[in-house]
Amino acid sequence: MSTAAATAGERTGRVKPATMAQALGRALRDSMAEDPTVHVLGEDVGTLGGVFRVTDGLAKEFGDERCTDTPLAEAGILGAAVGMAMYGLRPVVEMQFDAFAYPAFEQLVSHVAKMRNRTGGAMPLPITVRVPYGGGIGGVEHHSDSSEAYYMATPGLHVVMPATVDDAYGLLRESIASDDPVVFLEPKRLYWSKADWSPDAPALVEPIGRAVVRRPGRSATLITYGPSLPVCLEAAEAATAEGWDLEVVDLRSLVPFDDETVAASVRRTGRAVVVHESSGFGGPGGEIAARVTERCFHHLEAPVLRVAGFDIPYPPPMQERHHLPGVDRVLDAVARLQWEAES
Amino acid sequence: MTVQELPGAAAYRPTPPPAWKPLTDPAPLLPDPEPFRVLGTDAAADADPELLLRLYAELVRGRRYNAQATALTKQGRLAVYPSSTGQEACEIAAALVLEDRDWLFPSYRDTLAAVARGLDPVEALTLLRGDRHTGYDPREHRIAPLCTPLATQLPHAVGLAHAARLKGDDVVALAMVGDGGTSEGDFHEALNFAAVWRAPVVFLVQNNGFAISVPLAKQTAAPSLAHKAVGYGMPGRLVDGNDAAAMHQVLSEAVARARRGEGPTLVEAVTYRMDAHTNADDATRYRGDSEVETWRAHDPIVLLERELTGRGLLDEDGMTAVREEAERMAEGLREQMNADPVLDPMDLFSHVYEEQTGQLREQADQLRVELDAEHGPHDGHGAEGVR
Repeated sequence: MSTAAATAGERTGRVKPATMAQALGRALRDSMAEDPTVHVLGEDVGTLGGVFRVTDGLAKEFGDERCTDTPLAEAGILGAAVGMAMYGLRPVVEMQFDAFAYPAFEQLVSHVAKMRNRTGGAMPLPITVRVPYGGGIGGVEHHSDSSEAYYMATPGLHVVMPATVDDAYGLLRESIASDDPVVFLEPKRLYWSKADWSPDAPALVEPIGRAVVRRPGRSATLITYGPSLPVCLEAAEAATAEGWDLEVVDLRSLVPFDDETVAASVRRTGRAVVVHESSGFGGPGGEIAARVTERCFHHLEAPVLRVAGFDIPYPPPMQERHHLPGVDRVLDAVARLQWEAES
Repeated sequence: MTVQELPGAAAYRPTPPPAWKPLTDPAPLLPDPEPFRVLGTDAAADADPELLLRLYAELVRGRRYNAQATALTKQGRLAVYPSSTGQEACEIAAALVLEDRDWLFPSYRDTLAAVARGLDPVEALTLLRGDRHTGYDPREHRIAPLCTPLATQLPHAVGLAHAARLKGDDVVALAMVGDGGTSEGDFHEALNFAAVWRAPVVFLVQNNGFAISVPLAKQTAAPSLAHKAVGYGMPGRLVDGNDAAAMHQVLSEAVARARRGEGPTLVEAVTYRMDAHTNADDATRYRGDSEVETWRAHDPIVLLERELTGRGLLDEDGMTAVREEAERMAEGLREQMNADPVLDPMDLFSHVYEEQTGQLREQADQLRVELDAEHGPHDGHGAEGVR
């Protein structure tokens, strides 16, 4: 399909297990090789290769000027990226952790998100902001936030979250190629998840904004994304023992939001549960539940339920398993979807 | 076991910490003890008469522009105007020292600098009229959008200058900020990045005495704002912001230094905001008339006029000609601003994303229905005046 598919290089098609972190690194590498205006900048992204090693090898291959260790200042990093984009570059910024991206919030909200609009379309900013996000890795305080609700509430930003190795590559390529700014949320606990993957012929995805049905089913729809996808797939397998055949929709992006795929699924199944790690109150699930209800009201057999992180500051790592939506909590919600009417 | 018994302990003589070395010699970075001046000093004799006359004409035009824009707020033609009256020497010098290929990063108070650079005043004022956030193509004019969140445009200037330098282009960015803006985190981060990257940037701080109502003494405990440069490893220059010749010289030197690849400079221009913060502000609540009067004697136009007339470079006829030209500019501006801007409400959805999302298409449809109900069928190109 897109520009990414045209990337040259020996495509042997050999398949081997790869991690999401490796696929992301490969996406950065291929984007940089294809387009000399792509620049990576952030804290520790150069010599060290990033704290999650996603940028490993980029400084060596492309030089310090293409993959730059910046001073430790997130607003400065993103602000400088704005200026670089104004001059025609295509910066990819790495925020080291979710909660360390907040100093850059003003640059993101007041400039990155608005520049296309406030210049009447004259000066779009093709900036990708990569944010390792979410919990489940035993991180201490300020290392496990799910911050997508802040970003999706900001018009002008795309908010993209891969959940598979293939998508990590394809969605990041598409995000970098996009002329709109993208907040690219990388689920930390999936960095080391593996899948068979061909680094020389990476699968590509459709343009950002298309959800995908990861598991077809007839009983109810689990709507999810990012780190909660594996949880939902596991729950769907477990649910078969209860006689439920659950469909799992992976949103892949919150902005743009794929109403069509989501609504089509819920119209088929008549029941829906939204699952995410982010806190429930004011979280993405409320918006999604409202959109589903507005579009599928007459097909619904039960209210749309949400399984989310509690409305608490992210807990200390020794307590995080109680906070994170797990298989049991998902199944519990499914059980509450008013099945009485069926019997 | 004590430390004395550790291997090698006997031979070790305390030295400065092993990793420590001075990174930069601070002495050449320090600003002069007093603001640099040209007018009224011996240096004035060396100033180029043609440049002085050009500066004079621009100052007078600038003063008239400020007065006209303020008047337009009273007539309801501008939503708000943050005047740079009294600061014209800073605004004009910033515009004049740049080459066409260079970039200017103005704040909301710096429409005059943009106009002096050649931007159509109506395009410069759309933000303050309230019809468009940015009324011009920044890349066409090499003028960044007027920036309202304080100091947030400074890192943009650094990134742009850095990108130009990486590309091998001879481009300098000049970024403008006020005294209050120097307290913002983005000021710190921008100066730090610029110095580390040796980016070709000039930071111009117009210290006009007040951040709305808060005086400089409540803003900083630094010896001067120019001194802040030393902490970043760049030179700080302190200059009389009402002395147009001094402003032009200092900014020219800073731009030349950036162009030579020697890195950024912080320039503090000591000036005074003669008007209130905006037309919506009441300056009598926080400062006295006598303070304003002492600055009136140090007015940038008065300083330059004294020099030019004293040297016989300007006479009454010359002054009249300059004033008449400024008056024609004001008339033209008044006339243009008296026309209602033409706006299409459907443009609200045009430039949020490259392609409209599904949500935005739905919302655009909704607005179209509302407009049709209000005005009859909307032809997609139709427009309405705002008043």
